[in-house]
Amino acid sequence: MKKLAFGLLIVAAISACKSNSDKKYLPIYGSKQAVTKTVDGKNVTDTIYQTIPNFKFVNQYGDTVTKKNLDGDIYIADFFFTTCPSICPIMARNMLKVYNTFKNTGDFKIISHTIDPKHDSVPVLKKYADKLGVTGSTWWFLQGKKEDTYSLAENNYLVLVKKDNSAAGGYIHAGYFVLVDKQKRVRGAYNGTDPKEVDQLIEDIKTLQTEPDEMIAQ
Amino acid sequence: MKYKVAGLISLLAVLISIVSCESEADLDFKRYYSAGSEVYQTHCQNCHGAKGDGLSALIPPLTDSLYLKNNQSNLACYLRSGLTGTITIHGKTFDDKMPAADLAPMEMAQVLTYINNSFGNKLGVITIDRVNADLKSCK
Repeated sequence: MKKLAFGLLIVAAISACKSNSDKKYLPIYGSKQAVTKTVDGKNVTDTIYQTIPNFKFVNQYGDTVTKKNLDGDIYIADFFFTTCPSICPIMARNMLKVYNTFKNTGDFKIISHTIDPKHDSVPVLKKYADKLGVTGSTWWFLQGKKEDTYSLAENNYLVLVKKDNSAAGGYIHAGYFVLVDKQKRVRGAYNGTDPKEVDQLIEDIKTLQTEPDEMIAQ
Repeated sequence: MKYKVAGLISLLAVLISIVSCESEADLDFKRYYSAGSEVYQTHCQNCHGAKGDGLSALIPPLTDSLYLKNNQSNLACYLRSGLTGTITIHGKTFDDKMPAADLAPMEMAQVLTYINNSFGNKLGVITIDRVNADLKSCK
C-alpha cells in the first residue's frame, strides 16, 4: 500500500512538472515598481514594469514611425547598418527566417534601427529592404538621430544584454534581437548571429502570441 | 628468369611511383582544401553563408560554376582589392561592394581551392604559384 502511495506521488510529481512546462511564461525584464492602490476598499498591490518610451523615427518608405505604430504588436528590435560587413549579413539571414515565419501574422513587426544614419538615408534603407526581399509593413528599417537610437538601445532595449556583457559600449554592435510584447515590455534578448537562439526566439514569439488577455492586462 | 624478376621489380617501382605521385597531388589538394575551409569560415562565411548561398539580392552566392570558371584568374585580385561594379550571377545582377579580404597569397590559394570545390563546384586546385602569377596581372 505504501509502495502504491509512493508510486502515485511520483506520478503526481511528474505530471505536475509537465503541466508547468506546458504553461510556459516568458520573464518580464527591466525595472519593476510595486504600486499599492485601493480598489473597492481593499489595498491591492500591483507591479508596474518598465516599458519602451516613445520614439520618433522614419522608416524605409519615408513614413514617420512612433511607439503608437506598434500598438497591438509583438515586435523585435535590433541595431545594424547597411554597410556592415561583419555580423550584419548573418543577422539579416537569421532575421529573414523570423520574418518569413511571421510575416502573415497580423500582430507582429520587426524594427531594425540603423546606427549609421548619416549613410543609411531613407532611399538607402529602401534599396536595402528591396534587395533583402522585404516588402509591406512587417519589417521596418528605421532611421533617426543617432543619439536617440543609442539612448533607446542603451537605456531600454539592451538593458538585459548590458548586464551580461562586460564589453562596454560594444554591446550595441553585438547583434542582439530584442523581443518586446504588446505592452512594450522587454521579454527576451537573443544572439542574432546564433541560429539556435533565433529558433528559440521563434518559439518564444509563438508563446507570446498565445499569452492570454488577463496576463496582458497586468 | 633473372631478367623477368628484374622486369617485374622495375614495373612495380614504376607503378608505385605513379600511385605515390597521384596521392601526393591528392594530398596537396586536401591540404589546400581543408586549410581553405578554415579561411572561408573566418573571412567569407559571414557574408556568403555556410553553404555559399549568399544573401538575397545583396550578396551573391558562390554556386555559379560558370562565373567562377570564366573568372579563375581574376579571383585572387577580387580578394586582394575587393569587387565593385555590377556582376551577373545565375542571371541575377549584384552591384554592392565586396570589401577586400586581408589575406596572404597562400591563404588565397587555399580559400579559392575550397570555393572551387565546394557548393557544387568542381574546378580543381588553385596553387600558390597560380595566385602569385594572377596577382601580378591584376587590372
